[in-house]
Amino acid sequence: MAQPQMRKPVEYFLDNKKYLHPKFAANYGNWKTHDRPRPGVLHHVSNTGDQVWTVRAGTQRQMDVYTIRKLCDIADKFAEGFVRFTIRSNIEYMVSDESKVAPLITELEKNGFPVGGTGNSVSMVAHTQGWLHCDIPGTDASGVVKAMMDELYDEFKHEQMPNRVRLSTSCCEINCGGQADIAVVIQHTKPPKINHDLVANVCERPAVVARCPVAAIRPALVNGKPTLEVDEKKCICCGACYPPCPPMQINDPEHSKLAIWVGGKNSNARSKPTFHKMVASGLPNNAPRWPEVNAVVKNILMTYKADARPWERMADWIDRIGWPRYFEKTGLPFTNNMIDDWRGGRYNLNASAHVRF
Amino acid sequence: MAKQLPPTPLLDQLETGPWPSFVTGLKRLAKDKDYVVDVLGHLEHSYKTRKGYWKGGTVGVIGYGGGVIPRFTEIKDEKGEAVFKDAAEFHTIRIMPPPGMHYDTATLRQFCDVWEKYGSGLIALHGQSGDIMLQGCTTENVQKAWDEINQMGFDMGGAGPAVRTSMSCVGAARCEQSCYDEAKAHQKVINQFLDDIHRPALPYKFKFKFSGCGNDCMNSIQRSDMAVIGTWRDNMSTDDALGKKWFAKHGMNELVNDVVAMCPTRALQIKDAKDVRKDAHVGAVAINDTQCLEIDNKDCVRCMHCLNVMTGALGPGKDKGATILVGGKSHLKIGALMGTVLVPFMSLKTDEDYEQLVELAQTIIDFFAENALEHERTGEMIERIGLANFLEGIGLDIDANMVNNPRMNPYVRTDGWDDEVAKINAKKAAA
Repeated sequence: MAQPQMRKPVEYFLDNKKYLHPKFAANYGNWKTHDRPRPGVLHHVSNTGDQVWTVRAGTQRQMDVYTIRKLCDIADKFAEGFVRFTIRSNIEYMVSDESKVAPLITELEKNGFPVGGTGNSVSMVAHTQGWLHCDIPGTDASGVVKAMMDELYDEFKHEQMPNRVRLSTSCCEINCGGQADIAVVIQHTKPPKINHDLVANVCERPAVVARCPVAAIRPALVNGKPTLEVDEKKCICCGACYPPCPPMQINDPEHSKLAIWVGGKNSNARSKPTFHKMVASGLPNNAPRWPEVNAVVKNILMTYKADARPWERMADWIDRIGWPRYFEKTGLPFTNNMIDDWRGGRYNLNASAHVRF
Repeated sequence: MAKQLPPTPLLDQLETGPWPSFVTGLKRLAKDKDYVVDVLGHLEHSYKTRKGYWKGGTVGVIGYGGGVIPRFTEIKDEKGEAVFKDAAEFHTIRIMPPPGMHYDTATLRQFCDVWEKYGSGLIALHGQSGDIMLQGCTTENVQKAWDEINQMGFDMGGAGPAVRTSMSCVGAARCEQSCYDEAKAHQKVINQFLDDIHRPALPYKFKFKFSGCGNDCMNSIQRSDMAVIGTWRDNMSTDDALGKKWFAKHGMNELVNDVVAMCPTRALQIKDAKDVRKDAHVGAVAINDTQCLEIDNKDCVRCMHCLNVMTGALGPGKDKGATILVGGKSHLKIGALMGTVLVPFMSLKTDEDYEQLVELAQTIIDFFAENALEHERTGEMIERIGLANFLEGIGLDIDANMVNNPRMNPYVRTDGWDDEVAKINAKKAAA
């Protein structure tokens, strides 16, 4: 057998100096202001009067090398050879001459990359790996996102929302997609199905017992083999046991549902940052286009668009109108599952006589 | 030419519609690669049965204990053979992107060439922790791909119970709201912890994120164990010319409804220029020749709202730095936690300031490594032991900025009260 190559890795985290657009390098830390001449375009002015235009376009995030090379070709021919990516997988092109903006936009759109995602638009969905690569996914985030962004294409390209809208999707309750104005997250509804023949060999049982948030897992003996069992009355179907113990299968084609959460916001602007709240669940995992999920997301978005005041994020809007009116306006049912009974849940009850009529 | 692609009727439906399609991208790769033909078959099977079929394992590169995410197929026939045998292994390599995710096209093309040669040709820009995700590689090719990428000057990201890949916002490179050199802080902190990134040995994951202002574009407060959020402690800067320009365009209704009324701490008032208070902490920006927007900088919490609305007319001050928060994380196991204030203000101007930030990060990681339980995040550890004990453990003073309000229950031993008061008074006197 051939000896493995014993190259010692070079451990060093690089700086970004050589990757900065020259205008960024020249005006580093010295910017004065910016405006948005049109959706998808940012115009920054530095204290020395230097200007740079940024054109933002949506991508599919999981990109083949041909797509990336096409994006690079556009950067070399229609921009100035430098790009950057936003946290939501949008690509940004920088140009130092305003006359380059329009041809760049035309070229991007000609090649299928929508220009937008700035200001009060619905930006690209932050999302996870899903069936394509994850070892524990309940759904395919890339597919949910593609189906959703097809529907929200115009909202990406225009700035017609009261404030920016940030979306996320997650393929399990770990919620790798993160907090968002609207988040789509898998919600399992049945306890794990345990393959007792495999548990002892595959799982470190005490670690799995410790992982359960409600202490519903205990060691057991089934057919003479050491395994684990779940107290199904206590189980909250969160799926936390599944990653450390794959024989405790939590994903189910029928019973793994999708839930919708709203009002998450990480910005400190106006109100303090907030976590998103559950407003719908039980939606079917209806690949490949998840129409039921899309209908709820669009309904919430359009209600917000029609009713929120300028600069109100989803959370700010709901804070003003109150949850009863939120459910009234969206037509979504408020259910017993939405009353928080997790630790600290009592802080989410209305401890006042503040009631809107 | 690759082998024939089997029918993918479900995935085909993700090629319709205007948004760029990852399926179309995969199909293009499948024209040349048997590997991707089977990846598509594998994925179509997931769409048909609504389940995932990858399991983890152990794959790595020489010298590192993490950073490769191994995936082996679980779709097997009755003999236990992989049904999609060209895609039986589908590992991901996590690579740390440059701070701010800036690239020149030559670098991106180099990544494409390496990944076309050794991998599937599918790259996610970027993963949720910020990594360049080179998705889809056989066990045999992982080391080869890594060797070329490492020689490009890039290093591997974190996985497992380790310090993870970090992210910083566009920041000083392009943003007027930037309050420190985010990229510099990012690079210095990560270079301090390369061993903890590459050789997972912590109780659980530990994430840093760097945002230049309270808009927190990197979502650091919810997604990182240690969040560095830019702020300033002197008066916000004002520009009368831009204030007047803004007002001429937007008018009094927008100024009242969108700016003054939305200030969370009522720090803004509209005043006649002659009536603006003459205190050092009171600032003002002109909106026309007679009226001003008065800013009480002592009441301002640097939330960024008015700066976002009146960009350029209002801006961060000159005495800049960051607020450091600890303990942000997602749901597992005790529920999602926000980061909470640990250091209300750390100046980030000189090299020494940045060294101090790195030292604080090291102190926190050391304490975490010593005291957290297995699979316990920093926020959970602090909840278990109490913030006061954590502060004592890392040698930081308490500060009223760390709480929303003082304790609401009497369940605490206060027999050390007098000593504590004496200590605080002594410190005050010495300051």
